[in-house]
Amino acid sequence: MGNNHFGTSAGIAGTFLLLRKRSLLGDVVGHASLPGVAIAFLIMELHEPQSGKWLPGLLIGASLSGIAGMISTVIIRTCTRIKEDAALAITLGGFYGLGIVLFTIIQKLPTGSQAGLANFIYGNTATITQSEVDLIWRVAIVAIVAAGLLFKEFGLLCFDEQFAASQGWPVVLLDLILMGLVVAVCVIGLRSVGLLLVVALLIIPAASARFWTEKLSHMTLCAAVIGVVSCYMGAVSSALFSRLAAGAVIVLTGSVMFCVSLYFGTRRGVLLRWYTRRQLNQRIATQQLLLAFFEILETSVPPAPHQSLTDTTVSLDELLPKRSWTAKQLLRSLRDAQRLQYLASHSEREYRLTAQGETAARRAARNHRLWELYLLQHADVAPGHVDRDADRVEQVLDPEIIIKLETALFKKYPQMAVS
Amino acid sequence: MFVEIQHHLSAWGSFDTWIVITASLAAMACALPGVFLVLRQQSMMGDALSHTVLPGIVVAFLLSYGLRDAAWISPSTQLATLPLFLFGGAVVLGVVSAMLTEFVQRLGHVESSAALGVVFTSLFAFGLLMIRLKADSVHIDPDCVLYGNVETVKLGVAGIPRATAMVAGLLVVNLILVLLFYKELTISAFDPNLATTLGIRARLMHYALMATTAATLVAAFESVGSILVITMLVAPTATASLLTDRLPTRIVVTLAIAFTTALLGHAMALTLPALVFSRLGFPEIKDASTAGMMAVVAGMLFSLAMFFAPRHGMISKALGQTRLTFRLACHDQLRSLYQAERAAALAATFEPATWATRHGSMLQHLATWSLIFTHQVTRTSHGHQLTSRGRQSAEQLMKAGNEHAPA
Repeated sequence: MGNNHFGTSAGIAGTFLLLRKRSLLGDVVGHASLPGVAIAFLIMELHEPQSGKWLPGLLIGASLSGIAGMISTVIIRTCTRIKEDAALAITLGGFYGLGIVLFTIIQKLPTGSQAGLANFIYGNTATITQSEVDLIWRVAIVAIVAAGLLFKEFGLLCFDEQFAASQGWPVVLLDLILMGLVVAVCVIGLRSVGLLLVVALLIIPAASARFWTEKLSHMTLCAAVIGVVSCYMGAVSSALFSRLAAGAVIVLTGSVMFCVSLYFGTRRGVLLRWYTRRQLNQRIATQQLLLAFFEILETSVPPAPHQSLTDTTVSLDELLPKRSWTAKQLLRSLRDAQRLQYLASHSEREYRLTAQGETAARRAARNHRLWELYLLQHADVAPGHVDRDADRVEQVLDPEIIIKLETALFKKYPQMAVS
Repeated sequence: MFVEIQHHLSAWGSFDTWIVITASLAAMACALPGVFLVLRQQSMMGDALSHTVLPGIVVAFLLSYGLRDAAWISPSTQLATLPLFLFGGAVVLGVVSAMLTEFVQRLGHVESSAALGVVFTSLFAFGLLMIRLKADSVHIDPDCVLYGNVETVKLGVAGIPRATAMVAGLLVVNLILVLLFYKELTISAFDPNLATTLGIRARLMHYALMATTAATLVAAFESVGSILVITMLVAPTATASLLTDRLPTRIVVTLAIAFTTALLGHAMALTLPALVFSRLGFPEIKDASTAGMMAVVAGMLFSLAMFFAPRHGMISKALGQTRLTFRLACHDQLRSLYQAERAAALAATFEPATWATRHGSMLQHLATWSLIFTHQVTRTSHGHQLTSRGRQSAEQLMKAGNEHAPA
């Protein structure tokens, strides 16, 4: 129960953290909270012996030193020439070292109530008490509600900080609130997954969600769901099999979901990207094939306008030197073009265009050459990023320019004229 | 208090000397590859690698015992080769995690730090889980693997502890590697594209650096513990980068800082906790973790450098800023006096050329005072007036200003 709320809040906070490209900040906060835990324990123990393990006190200590760690990374990054990564690593090392020093001291204390503090390093769901669970889910709910209320502001902060500042948003304050949210998530995660793995729940759900959607709200939702599922699986499996450590199972469930998302994600998944790239390659190959056909045919067929190109066959040996393709690639494109019914195979190595293919080839050649002419004559105003193979000359250029270009084109290639 | 410190340090024996020697050698061995990791902005790799080697160690451990149980190797060979197995497993995992990170980053278009986070937490969780599952046959305590203690330095052959010999060897190997590949490492750190055009295999250098780092880390973990290693990889070179501007000097300064950190760290571990905690009513506390204290010292040295570094420190930067503001204010005053003089000269040549300077901020008053002090302006009964020296420098300023901004 507490775990699931933790998973949700971690997914949400992690989304913003990922989009701000500060994923590893969670790791620093996790490590930096260690001295806070130790100092809080020492203070409570000095104040009243045997009271050192009061969880709210320890968590407050953890949050304070987590915040201190975060602020010191920000100071190092902004005020010196040290880069972000080194700032993170130094803070992490220094604070964690302090934590270790204090822990070795605590172990030597005579009071003997220090047992169990190590749970903060590796996490232990088995020994959580009901009051601790209540505290964890309350903090998580607060974090979730805060994220919900400031959703728009956080989104703005993630995507365009300068714009947000210019619109008069209190960017620094918002950033601090977001970081506070991250600290809260890290701190409540300490008890269940431990400080070494708490960063995983900030990064993995958000990174997995990124493969499925382009919308911030959907991504947040998706990350929250992945976080919950990981936490639920971890809790269930560690309850069923006592030897499985909950923290590790939570993280590994998340990793499996990350792998699945990486390959099958519907927006940025590897398979999807591979498929779209293949489609594009195929389209370009077909275009080039049709162009090559046209180039061969326009030299062999008498250069009269309105001459049909479908009667003459073209052999493989003629096509091969036209472009820098291998025979294998050429054969594959030929197969693709036949499937699209642009070509008909005449004999083993002879092909001719179909009527449909002729139209396509003429259109391809026309577009290609129009663009060529345009770039030669009007290159000073050429739009930089047009897809020159695509059928979009009319969409990009003014009609007057097209008419001018076409006149020039027909002068140069009389056979291009179509009825 | 000094008496107290002296008292705590009086117990310093040859054992403590060995601890400092071991720790400083390890610190220097780690700081060397760290210089290049920080240059390449991959500082968090140390933290990540310290986690990812865990599954490698576990698998190597299981493999070693599995080979013994299958009677492939004898129990005595198994015991003798176990450290080698663990070392190999950890190094392999170090390189694998670097490759996996790059794979996820390229294949999934995931931002690099996020990719690193996903990979290292997953591998670490995997290692933890394996330890739990094989708890009967494997007696590995993750604490033991990852958080080795400097304090447990044992004397080995010829009076030199084994750990000391190991980190000394490590330092020598790293020094040789850096000297041999200095040019390649430097170019591929600063400009990977240039490195590629020069025929240096930048990616190969990347993986070689990762492998060296992983090997260094693993060897050092065993002798000094992971926390010290992570810190020593980054903190000394970051401190040095605030103090120096050239790479060769930076490397030397880094090594010096690493050594100082180790020495101070151990001394403070022996004195500071007792000093503080005896006052709090815990006379039992004598010392604390040396490795942890060294990390703290590294952080402290860094913050000292951050504030007080001669050129890149925050204080000297703030001073420089103030000085610049002040100089600009002085120039401003000179220029406005000069312009007023010229304007008056044009308007009515016979009027005396004295004017009240612009009344304004504290800064402007200060600037005027300093100009009077340097005899560029004099105070007359009518107000402030340029001296001949002041007029000269104002003319120079106007000329320079016109050259820089023709408009």
